[in-house]
Amino acid sequence: MIETRGLRKSFTSRQGREKKVVDAVRGVDLDVAEGEIFGFLGPNGAGKTTTLRMLATLIEPDGGSATVAGADLLKDPGEVRRRIGYVAQGGSTWDDSTAREELVLQTRLYGVRKSEALSRAQRVLDGFQLSEYADRKCKTYSGGQRRRVDIALGIIHEPSVVFLDEPTTGLDPQSRAHMWDEIRRLRTEGMTVFITTHYLEEADALCDRLSIMDNGEIVASGTPAALKREISGDVVRVGLPAGAAATAAEVLDTASFVNKLETHDDGVRLYVDDGATAIPLILRALDAGDVPLGTIELHRPSLDDVFLTKTGRSLRED
Amino acid sequence: MKLLRDTGLIFERQMQLLLRNPVWIFVGVFQPVMYLLLFAPLLKPALQVNSNAEAYEIFVPGLLVLLAIFGGLFQGFGLIAELRAGVIERSRVTPVSRLALLLGRSLRDVVSLIAQAVIITLLALLFDLRVFIGYLLLAYLMLALISLMTSAVSYGVALRVKSEDALAPLMNTVAQPVLLLSGILLPLTFAPGWLQGVADWNPFSWAVDGTRALFRGDLGSPDVWQGLVIMAVLAVLAVVWAAREFARSVR
Repeated sequence: MIETRGLRKSFTSRQGREKKVVDAVRGVDLDVAEGEIFGFLGPNGAGKTTTLRMLATLIEPDGGSATVAGADLLKDPGEVRRRIGYVAQGGSTWDDSTAREELVLQTRLYGVRKSEALSRAQRVLDGFQLSEYADRKCKTYSGGQRRRVDIALGIIHEPSVVFLDEPTTGLDPQSRAHMWDEIRRLRTEGMTVFITTHYLEEADALCDRLSIMDNGEIVASGTPAALKREISGDVVRVGLPAGAAATAAEVLDTASFVNKLETHDDGVRLYVDDGATAIPLILRALDAGDVPLGTIELHRPSLDDVFLTKTGRSLRED
Repeated sequence: MKLLRDTGLIFERQMQLLLRNPVWIFVGVFQPVMYLLLFAPLLKPALQVNSNAEAYEIFVPGLLVLLAIFGGLFQGFGLIAELRAGVIERSRVTPVSRLALLLGRSLRDVVSLIAQAVIITLLALLFDLRVFIGYLLLAYLMLALISLMTSAVSYGVALRVKSEDALAPLMNTVAQPVLLLSGILLPLTFAPGWLQGVADWNPFSWAVDGTRALFRGDLGSPDVWQGLVIMAVLAVLAVVWAAREFARSVR
């Protein structure tokens, strides 16, 4: 449904007299299948939004190629526009308009007749449980309601692909759960959904497949389960007093149950197959090596660990 | 066909929002009426004309052109609010004509300006202004062209600068010399030669001369067709440029 090869974009920003070129997206290859929820996970500034805006025809790529919903992005952006929906991060409704007015106008911009637009608006309002507020001005809506109107606006012309840029950012946990249900419903209706997020739980719970993006590049792709499996097993974090990390590393590095070891200022991080059986062995080894132990923590792999393994940084830090 | 339909859709929405908040009519008419009441009485002695009617014949067309210029130049503020709300981006992912995004908005501006102009003309009739209806309609055409041009310019600049803080000083800087060099408040017949020479390069001074000729009932004056042609050409250029700004990627 979406296929990109070497998609690139850089921006020139000016700082005083000096021009600075920022490579926002440095060659992205993507293959998104029909009918899946595909996620783009990465920290702010990773290039997720820029990639999404390129795929939605809002900015022109500097290089590479892409086919979106069967149309060539560079040669025929007009056809891409007819086949996709796009929901921006910052909202898209006007304070003094009502949800119904916005939906009818949006539908008609795709060439739909007024009577058909009206009935479609009603159908979508019902689907998103918005009928009750449909004729009130958008400025009276709650954050979650307004977000649902945004999504409704993005899909009212029945696109085959819909791009959602950080659809749950700024929502409270309840609205977020509600939004996840709405997004799953879009998949049930046959749409391919492409979302960006910097929430690990969201990527894990919602996406069929995802790509992790950092610094303008894709660092890993796959199903959440496969990605976690790929970094092999559990992680044990051992917190140590200053200076003790090096000794601990020496003691543990040779242990047969440790697959991989990382030394940090405040301790070591051990990658093991099974954390529950490894912990007693670790304790014993540290004791034998006379290493003063601070804390110990077992950690089943999360997408954050995948991110950490691929980039050397944690996604949670920002 | 698609362009007409799309323009109609955008225009309809913009008018709907405008009429929902009719305060603008009051605001838009209040200031010009103050000019009519508090400034125009100075003109009879200052211009050394014989009657109030004659003074209004000179002043009212200038006032209307002033409204068209200023009204248009400050429309960009509304667009910046729309940019911030994400409305423009939402339109840009649809197949809607980019020219229609501009024209639908500019036409609303033209319509609201003409509404203002009609109210002011009617009020001026109370002050003994007399103008032949056919000529008045031509004068309104001139105003429509000015307003189309200035609002298109304002939208184009708004899309470039994307911030009210930058737009306000920019538009004021443009508007002030345009105002002074167009003979709007007082005719430039009083100006020294060098000043008239500079004003000849201000297209709006041609528009003011043309509109005044129409209010005088002097259809044969070359000022009329010259003013209309200059404004029409500039309006087309402004519209083409601003529509390209709508098509360009907006971040």
